[in-house]
Amino acid sequence: MVDIVIIGAGVSGCAIARELSRYKADVLVLEREEDVCCGTTKANSAIVHAGYDAANGSLMAKLNVAGSLLMPELARELDFAYEQNGSLVVMMSEEDRPALNKLYANGVANGVEGLRIVERDELVEMEPNISDEAVAALYAPTGGIVCPFGLTFALAENAAHNGVRFQFDSEVTNIEKIDGGWKVSTVKGDVEAKVVVNAAGLYSDKLHNMVADDNMTIIPRRGDYFLLDHTTQGFVSNTIFQLPGKYGKGVLVAPTVHGNTIVGPTAIDVEDKEGVNTTQAGLDDVRAKCGMAVKNVPLRQTITSFAGLRAHEARHEFFIGEIKPGFVDCAAIESPGLSSSPAIGRMVAGIVKDILGLEVDLSFDPRRKGILDPKGLDDQAHAALIKEHPAYGTVICRCETVTEGEIIDAIHRVPGARSVDGVKRRVRAGMGRCQGGFCSPRVMEILARELGVDQSEITKSGAGSELIVGVNKDAI
Amino acid sequence: MREYELVIIGGGPAGLAAAVAAHEAGLRDILILERDNELGGILNQCIHNGFGLHTFKEELTGPEYAGRFIEQVKKLDIPYKLNTMVLDLAADKTVTAMNREDGLFQLHPKAVILAMGCRERPRGALNIPGYRPAGIFTAGTAQRLVNMEGYLPGRKVVILGSGDIGLIMARRMTLEGAKVQVVAELMPYSGGLKRNIVQCLDDYGIPLKLSHTVVDIEGKKRVEAITIAQVDEKNRPIPGTEERYECDTLLLSCGLIPENELSRSAGVELNPITNGPTVNESLETSIPGVFAAGNVLHVHDLVDYVSEEAGAAGRHAANYIASGCKAEEHKSLPVKCENGVRYTVPVAVRPDAAGDSVTLRFRVGNVYKNKKVAVYAGDACIFSRKRPVLAPGEMETVVLKTSLLTDHPEAEGITVTLEEA
Repeated sequence: MVDIVIIGAGVSGCAIARELSRYKADVLVLEREEDVCCGTTKANSAIVHAGYDAANGSLMAKLNVAGSLLMPELARELDFAYEQNGSLVVMMSEEDRPALNKLYANGVANGVEGLRIVERDELVEMEPNISDEAVAALYAPTGGIVCPFGLTFALAENAAHNGVRFQFDSEVTNIEKIDGGWKVSTVKGDVEAKVVVNAAGLYSDKLHNMVADDNMTIIPRRGDYFLLDHTTQGFVSNTIFQLPGKYGKGVLVAPTVHGNTIVGPTAIDVEDKEGVNTTQAGLDDVRAKCGMAVKNVPLRQTITSFAGLRAHEARHEFFIGEIKPGFVDCAAIESPGLSSSPAIGRMVAGIVKDILGLEVDLSFDPRRKGILDPKGLDDQAHAALIKEHPAYGTVICRCETVTEGEIIDAIHRVPGARSVDGVKRRVRAGMGRCQGGFCSPRVMEILARELGVDQSEITKSGAGSELIVGVNKDAI
Repeated sequence: MREYELVIIGGGPAGLAAAVAAHEAGLRDILILERDNELGGILNQCIHNGFGLHTFKEELTGPEYAGRFIEQVKKLDIPYKLNTMVLDLAADKTVTAMNREDGLFQLHPKAVILAMGCRERPRGALNIPGYRPAGIFTAGTAQRLVNMEGYLPGRKVVILGSGDIGLIMARRMTLEGAKVQVVAELMPYSGGLKRNIVQCLDDYGIPLKLSHTVVDIEGKKRVEAITIAQVDEKNRPIPGTEERYECDTLLLSCGLIPENELSRSAGVELNPITNGPTVNESLETSIPGVFAAGNVLHVHDLVDYVSEEAGAAGRHAANYIASGCKAEEHKSLPVKCENGVRYTVPVAVRPDAAGDSVTLRFRVGNVYKNKKVAVYAGDACIFSRKRPVLAPGEMETVVLKTSLLTDHPEAEGITVTLEEA
């Protein structure tokens, strides 16, 4: 029997795993997909919300503000891309002034620091591309942007470094109370654990309902996005929202930590928990709305469009707590879940620690070094690196200038990349303007070589997504 | 690292032809930088024939065509570096590159030829809604997998876009045992060569549906079905015209984009129509001593024309260096396009710097029948040729005697236009 099973290797599960790795405990993370950050964590706005939005007094508000405050130090400890770029909630009509003031007051009550209302002149100075109709905005200097993949890989790698084990392709099919804990059945066999943490994102209702007295329903709320090429870098410098309407935060226009511009999302409730398909209507909606707060959004520079699903629950609140002895929910984590994740990790780990009476592990190492990106080195260090490791001299992805050395590093991390998407999310090969047209065959070759498998076994994103179906003329 | 007088960025058909021509023009200090692991560029994966009819008067495969130029480069001892990525080109022509052997290095040539080629427009840039499973490939990526590695990327195929690579891959996938169900083309005409439609689709009974696009991609892990629909004159899908094809693969052949990231970093002026540099009659960009040729300049239909154009760029670069790298002051005539002529290369002609003849290359924006291609120097018509059919998929070339321009010293510009025949 292991001490703790965490179900779900999204940003919440990985944050919890990392916090629990501070203690002397045997922790196993079960994930249904082939890699970490394959669900809600994979496709979202990549924003660290300052915390003015969530209702004052809610757990969501508390964890958002706390998570946002923890993020800068976490980024230093774990070496992932994060930037405090500030955010603006733009008011488009003087009539909306009361709503803007209310948002400001809510933010102040939530404890968000540095909030202030900026009027049009200052707004135009901050953001030259702001709409001609923009009147004023709520400015949150602590708002930030983060690479959601980078954050999650960092948490997972640091957890693994401190002893947490990850088991992929292990969808949980049943949970049963047993003496002294729980029996968790997966498609790969059973695991017994003293404590189970439900961090299953869109499926957190399913797991909750396996053990709870009440019934929870998570509604997949889809958001469609456009991602624009680096050539748009500097188009906006803050994350720009419109003053919220009925469906969340409207359409945002924001820079990403990698120099792209992200535009979206929609908010459409769907049935399918795997329904990450964009639709013409959804993309048209983003296209129509993105020009409201910002003018001349360069959508012609779109390099990809995608959709993500938020794990929405009707009460729009995080559900965190021990719902049965030894079964801890971390459910309904929707936006601002990414922003809150450092605080969610601490809170859930605290609950588990108290249940099991865990002792601090003095050998815990809080540091993790990210995959080396030679672009950040000065010329001399860069040259020395290639001399020592020639693989850093071979560019595989032209658009993002990703070298073979980085890809090899990504594959041999723990947990490491096993698919083309796993490589892409770790080092950005295929993330650029040609979207892997040139590099994907070469990434497949490197994966096959480093993993010691045939190229035909290489997948885009796990079993069933094989990229090659056979060899020439094999069916003739 | 030793310095070179001429650095050619790209060792595909354009770079190779430019190098050979520059050498033949007397320049000896040339270096080709190639990012792939062999010379020849995209020709290496074009194993079908049809190359070289103009250049060599025979039908060659892509690798054979490239081989002819590679042989010459080797015979002439023109140095080249493989697996070498140029990371930056500065306005002063400083080239920053890297590879495994030399590490990170800089070169300071007197002249540079841009010959980086082009890339395919990916699914993301097409805004096709639906899932993002495995099984969506650009035609060129599939071509590499099939022709260079022997792997079949799918068995039941739908192709969007009737660019030449898509047409060629319709035939190739069929020959390798896949079933190509349909080629959908957004425009009311094909973007590919007529001969490819006949030889790659018609001969294999593959339907080409014009004015159609993909409106849905199904399949969460791997493509399971593609839905296409007819589009109206504004390219919007017409409800009720949807047709669903069960398949495991979608190939995209929806246009090529010149790869001008380095040109942009150097500050080279680009033409928004071609996405390539604006050049004068000598194929020189807005930065003196930086020349461009091949698909990085504008997307060509036949490689023969790439070689021809790149040869000219190589000669001009050699002359530029031989004449002391001076930017010469000449009267420059802007070239205007009218009546369906989408663009011209060059965008300006300096008659006094042009030698005996001036080559104008262009494409039209629609299918035209029974027209005349006419060229004016000022108001005077200096060239006219009947063309029974003009199509966007085919590049047009007009070669003018330079004397036709110098005979009209009053002309302030050149106009290329289509007229009723």
